Amino acid sequence: MTRLMKHRLFWPVFSLLALIVINTIARPQFIKITMRDGEFYGALIDILRNCAPLMLVALGMTLVIATRGIDLSVGAVMAVSGAVTLTIIDGSSSPGSTSTVLVAILAGIGVSLVLGLWNGFLVAVLDIQPIIATLVLMLAGRGVALLITDGFITTVNSEPLNFVATGYLFALPFALFIWLAAAAAIAIVERRTALGVLTEAVGINPEASRLAGVRSRGIILGAYVASGTLAGIAGIIYSSNIRAADANAAGDLIELYAILAVVLGGTSLMGGKFTIAGTVIGVLIIQTLDSTILFLGVSSAQSPVFFAIVVVIVVLIQSPRVHQWGRALTGGFRTRPGTEVRNDAEVTA
Amino acid sequence: MERPILELTGATVYFGADAALDGVDFRLFPGEVHSLMGENGAGKSTLIKAITGALQLTSGELRIDGEVMHFGSPHDAQEAGVRAVYQEIDLLPNISVAENISLGTEPRRFGLIDWKEMRERAHAVLADLGLDIDPASILGRHSLAVQQLVAIARAISTEARVLVLDEPTSSLDLDECAELFRVIRDLKERGVAIIFVSHFLDQVYEICDRVTVLRDGKLVGEYLTREFLRIDLVQAMLGRSAESLRARPRLHLADERSTEPFLSARAVSVGSGINDADVDMIEGEVLGVAGLLGSGRTELARALTGIDKLDGGIIRIQGTDESLGNPRSAISLGVVYSSENRRTEGILSELSVQENITLALQAERGVFRRIRPARQRELAMSWVDALDIRPPDLDRPAGTLSGGNQQKVLLARLLALSPRVLVLDEPTRGIDVGAKVEVQNLVGELADNGLSVMFISAELEEVLRVGNRVLIVQDGRILDTVPSEDLTADSLTALVARPEAV
Repeated sequence: MTRLMKHRLFWPVFSLLALIVINTIARPQFIKITMRDGEFYGALIDILRNCAPLMLVALGMTLVIATRGIDLSVGAVMAVSGAVTLTIIDGSSSPGSTSTVLVAILAGIGVSLVLGLWNGFLVAVLDIQPIIATLVLMLAGRGVALLITDGFITTVNSEPLNFVATGYLFALPFALFIWLAAAAAIAIVERRTALGVLTEAVGINPEASRLAGVRSRGIILGAYVASGTLAGIAGIIYSSNIRAADANAAGDLIELYAILAVVLGGTSLMGGKFTIAGTVIGVLIIQTLDSTILFLGVSSAQSPVFFAIVVVIVVLIQSPRVHQWGRALTGGFRTRPGTEVRNDAEVTA
Repeated sequence: MERPILELTGATVYFGADAALDGVDFRLFPGEVHSLMGENGAGKSTLIKAITGALQLTSGELRIDGEVMHFGSPHDAQEAGVRAVYQEIDLLPNISVAENISLGTEPRRFGLIDWKEMRERAHAVLADLGLDIDPASILGRHSLAVQQLVAIARAISTEARVLVLDEPTSSLDLDECAELFRVIRDLKERGVAIIFVSHFLDQVYEICDRVTVLRDGKLVGEYLTREFLRIDLVQAMLGRSAESLRARPRLHLADERSTEPFLSARAVSVGSGINDADVDMIEGEVLGVAGLLGSGRTELARALTGIDKLDGGIIRIQGTDESLGNPRSAISLGVVYSSENRRTEGILSELSVQENITLALQAERGVFRRIRPARQRELAMSWVDALDIRPPDLDRPAGTLSGGNQQKVLLARLLALSPRVLVLDEPTRGIDVGAKVEVQNLVGELADNGLSVMFISAELEEVLRVGNRVLIVQDGRILDTVPSEDLTADSLTALVARPEAV
């Protein structure tokens, strides 16, 4: 049990399970999954579907944070990619054709990749502080999206586009497969190649890594490109869901929720050691909380405060300091303070 | 004999089941400089932490002026007049010198900080230390040596009765050391009791009245420095015969080699750090580099290994002109560099020992040609065995190892690249005597195996012992390159220290 508790994902998983249990106690149908027309439905399925945009953004954010950076522009990139994709579909003669939608989606993702490259260029080549470098695009990006959509909310009715966010594949939401594929691809690339350890090295100490011959510039650039591309996909899912490109509302504040998810998952904002599984759990915590608010019928006036209170509680549950107090209160076993702090610092800091 | 100002009896500190300090008695009298000696892990830092309130005794008593004290925090210790200056400077680089000195004890007027008074106070205490810098200047702009002196200024700015100096000289050059010693003597006159921890035996003998030796958390003994032979001190610290530790003399290659140097640099210049330097590095030879801090010894090393870009000059490897624009290109030519700043430019503390050892090799192979985990373990383990890295735990974060073992991990990282030229900048700084000798011997063995090694050290005796030839650097220029058998410690000191002597 103690060994289990020492695992870096123990407290994030614990928080997630606690939220699910509380929801189920409040309204037992929360846990219920039903089969209708060969497709699964239920609150849990909704969570897995609706979390897709935040999940993609948070996965990219994890890589950027691991290099000691931060990407504030993800929300703006989402807006741009949605605007590009929907404007192309809107302007085409056959908005319902799959090939049109595919081309539009690839264009949206391509533009996002270039925006990620721009961020990476500012940070890795020009050596601008990440928070400032990505702030540029955060502010400018929505303006670009407005230019693309001519200041209007472009609405589109296209069956193949709708499928991205609301379609079903093998009885499960298609969006779930998108983020599962992204998470798996990132986990495999990071851990089956040397990218993961070299990223951590750059994040822990860029100069020491340079002296050891690590190409830190390429690694940092790559992280921002990944973050931009994933944000682009997230933007398309978002637009597909509302069937419109809304330059102002798309990805609004998502950068902050993504950072929150990364930290809840146990990756330190100081860079270095990171965990993809942790980020997945962090996003699920936030999304579960979001549906808790809907599910418990918290009024929209109260929901931000409710959300904040629960986040504070989740953060406290994961705090090593609180664990120490807990142990002191229960008069539990004596532990070595030194190692305790070290183990946990990595998890929460 | 008068009453000790600070006395520890039966001091014991447990970390889990291990005793870091086991029934140690220690006393410190007013107006003395007392050295605490021992290898890394002997319990020196634990004892210092107990005295300064950073750690609490599991059992035993701490008396200040005969009164039993319990320090719950460093703050309590400071209240009792115990101040400490640590090796790793714990000041704030982004605020002014004066603010650093008064931090926590800012002079106030009507509840607001009295800036004028603060600067005057800082000026006075800096003048005491013979340090002529502007108290309003930002601390981070000054050299490490000055920052170290500011840390000392901070400690003595309040009424300190006991001053702990933990490796205060590791970043100071000869003049600055002399200045520090003058300050220490002055404080001693004023009745301050000083605990001086240093790996430099010379300094211990120069400045300390008494020495307490610890080994494996236990007290070995307390001695008067003037009656205690150096060889006995080393033996007391190590608990084994000092003979067995003495560095093996290097075989000197008798004949004048006609072979071309492996690496040769001509007219190399980088900024104002090093000018017009010519260096030849020969296979199978250790080239010692002697020079003061700031002489350009580090700049030379960085220029030869592609860390810094050259402003002028050429570097030839086996007769071919090469441009070593960055560490990567140097590494691919077999030229590797180990920085003098182990903590900031070497070890990646949160990565495991294994990841640290295999990092450079992995970086050279590239992202997509990952070394298989089994191969990584095997490789790392072979270096852990070969260099006797302790504890031999590959999964441990490298930052938790002692300084000497971290240094060995860094050496392993470079050696895993099978380099041809190894440039070591202060590889023995801040590591204990035993590990030091091991590193020195290792350097010799590597050269015997055909590597060309550059060995930079502030300790001239070490340079002389390890190097086949010694390159003397001064004010950014290479003064001379002399075979080490033609030098003595004294003559080398004279060459390094005084330009007019040549």
